[in-house]
Amino acid sequence: MSVEQLDILSTAAAWAQAGEQVALATVTETWGSSPRPPGSQLAVTVSGKMAGSVSGGCIEGAVAEAAMATIASGVPQLLDFGITDERAWEVGLACGGKLKVFVERLA
Amino acid sequence: MTPALLAALTALREAKEPVVVATRLPGGEQMLLPAPEAPEALNVAAQRALDRDESGTVNLEGVDWFLHAYNPKYRMIIVGAVHIAQALVPMAAQMGLDVVVVDPRRSFATDERFPNVQIMTDWPDEALDALAPDARTAIITLTHDPKLDDPALDRALRSKAFYIGALGSRRTHARRLDRLRELGHDDAAMARIKGPVGLNIAAVTAPEIAVSILAEFVAKRRNAA
Repeated sequence: MSVEQLDILSTAAAWAQAGEQVALATVTETWGSSPRPPGSQLAVTVSGKMAGSVSGGCIEGAVAEAAMATIASGVPQLLDFGITDERAWEVGLACGGKLKVFVERLA
Repeated sequence: MTPALLAALTALREAKEPVVVATRLPGGEQMLLPAPEAPEALNVAAQRALDRDESGTVNLEGVDWFLHAYNPKYRMIIVGAVHIAQALVPMAAQMGLDVVVVDPRRSFATDERFPNVQIMTDWPDEALDALAPDARTAIITLTHDPKLDDPALDRALRSKAFYIGALGSRRTHARRLDRLRELGHDDAAMARIKGPVGLNIAAVTAPEIAVSILAEFVAKRRNAA
């Protein structure tokens, strides 16, 4: 992995520049034992590219799904994952943490 | 994120300017901070996020804002284009550091030995004067040669560099401190130099020594006890 790929925003911007439809997901708040701090990012494209992470891998699938909806609609979303949320168990946030993820379309 | 905001953010980051992207939650309206037209409380919170190097959500007058702090990369200035530097440079780059290698000995400081990294072949004191180390800069001397290490450490001590490390045994380091004392540095100032450099993990090989140096760098950067 090159250094550029570690900088998710730059990666996402480069994808958008190349004509990809890109969404950016960013951890905005965490509680408990969430593995990635606020500011951690995941970029996904309609074509299936993915870079970065917003958890240890537990919720990336669900976030990517939400990202497709945001790319289609242009409307950002604030996703809430937590132990009190059945959906979090469904997608496997077994670490017991809680977090919020902001999903936006890039350019 | 709009193309205009992304372009402005990218330009600031390329200019190595600290900047915060403020996102109003949940709606998603965004602006770059600090900005003269932004509310004072938002600018203050943004500056705090940059100072702490921490992104997070703040509530100001009933409104949630996510403040994403983008500080310039940490910089690592490595004096000595030696074997350990060849191991250290790619690991430091992988950690997202801006790396510069300084060595006036052109047989060592070659693009072939150090691909994809900035190399300076000036004398170390001149190179450090030009690089102007700040509080997000680490300076590591690896040459073992007082002619090269001493001027670098002299300049490092006169800078705000947050991490200074010098390769060499305890005996070598004691003699080095004697010489730096003659250049006018007192013991309190010289305590900033980690010598021998790196966490003591009984490292032997060049990559192992690089790991120990980077481990100590991380401990300092993250304020580990």
